[in-house]
Amino acid sequence: MVSDTDSQLKALDEITRISKQVPYFMDKLALSGINNFNPVGLEIFQVNFGKLCNQACKHCHVNAGPSHTEIMDRRTMEYCLEAVNKHNIPVVDITGGAPEMNPNFRWFVKECRKLDKRVIVRCNLTIFFSGDEYNDLPVFFAENRVEVVASLPFYSADRTDRVRGKGVFDASVRGLQMLNANGYGRNGTGLVLNLVYNPSGAFLSAPQKQLEEEFKRELYKGYGIVFNNLYTMTNMPVSRFLDYLMRSDNYVAYIENLVNAFNPVAAMGAMCLNMISVNWDGYLYDCDFNQMLDLKVSQNRNNHISNFDAEFILNRNVKVSQHCYGCTAGAGSSCGGSTA
Amino acid sequence: MEKTYYNAEDLKKFADIGDYQKEMADKFFDWYGEVFNDGALSGKEKGLIALAVAHVVQCPYCIDAYTTDCLRNGYSEQQMMEAVHVGAAIKGGAILAHSVQMMNKVKNLTL
Ligand code: SF4
Ligand code: SF4
Repeated sequence: MVSDTDSQLKALDEITRISKQVPYFMDKLALSGINNFNPVGLEIFQVNFGKLCNQACKHCHVNAGPSHTEIMDRRTMEYCLEAVNKHNIPVVDITGGAPEMNPNFRWFVKECRKLDKRVIVRCNLTIFFSGDEYNDLPVFFAENRVEVVASLPFYSADRTDRVRGKGVFDASVRGLQMLNANGYGRNGTGLVLNLVYNPSGAFLSAPQKQLEEEFKRELYKGYGIVFNNLYTMTNMPVSRFLDYLMRSDNYVAYIENLVNAFNPVAAMGAMCLNMISVNWDGYLYDCDFNQMLDLKVSQNRNNHISNFDAEFILNRNVKVSQHCYGCTAGAGSSCGGSTA
Repeated sequence: MEKTYYNAEDLKKFADIGDYQKEMADKFFDWYGEVFNDGALSGKEKGLIALAVAHVVQCPYCIDAYTTDCLRNGYSEQQMMEAVHVGAAIKGGAILAHSVQMMNKVKNLTL
């Protein structure tokens, strides 16, 4: 298992020696004429509420699961609110684990809404059924006009359950139906429901538009479900998925595929150029994946939300390694889907 | 001795066929790309056809490539196996249909 960050970073470094087709990510950028891979703004403030989750999916880059105790405390959330307020950051994107399991989740969402922020919650759908206290989440989301990004590996039960566990597809369908019943994904309500698709293995996604049409057709035909957009996301070679790639002997070929599909336009749209990502313990990262590799924005005191320095954040150098090829392959991949 | 038959790494060298005959290789790759573009059939449908044909011509490189392509495009394992059965049925049927030739010849040669 390569779950510790040092062995992951080592594996990502070694790939450049194992395969002639994989240059260092920075060298690849330079070869494509990109000499400046630095932030262009700060529109998205992504907060990871911790590793606690009701599921334990095979591809999870967070290594989340039901037994984890690492979750964000209220003081850290207060620092987050201060930062988004003071620096006019318009979007707060809440993720996890299952962020809804954090006891301060609802309070935080309401505070963000009071500040008139656009709030996105990354929801695994099955959380609605993992305890009475979660049953009314769709109502809470609608009341607070939260934008829901729901992950659904595929529109068929077998492929979804293989990645997420038995029964997950049926529960996800019920979850989506509850969101629809509360107005989500329906014309005229303004309640946004987007789905996220990850390929269920060591291959890249089909084009976002094509899959969106198929998901819309199949989910509507089979279950009457409607939603706004489908975001395709590449499986990033970090954490649990990196471990799978290595165990299944797909690691080298997978990274080579990512490199062969390198797209400079997608690189320029990489999400780290316009966001900051806060870990459950308050440390700051360029993105969720860098959290998993423990690549903090710096080694100085301004790497923590309690010392948030927007000037430094906007002028930082993004910490890259070969996992970044996951964001730049084909039409690109980000928390908002394709980037090119 | 180095593995010389059907080495997965060799697929990466496919483009090298141009080293010995560039003009024809260029034409082939252009045409190949064109064939798999969306047309009256979608690129996705063409990938499934290619998977069946890859089995019929028994090309391991193409089987790997179009299995990946089909997974990527969201085909289920069942759909992929049914496509292979279509290929097998045509191939098996073609063999059996040739047996009519054998029967004709038998009838012609025997009293
Ligand atoms: S639901 Fe999401 S956070 Fe939870 S284990 Fe699965 S992928 Fe990880
Ligand atoms: S992995 Fe993170 S740092 Fe690397 S390109 Fe993607 S968003 Fe940026």
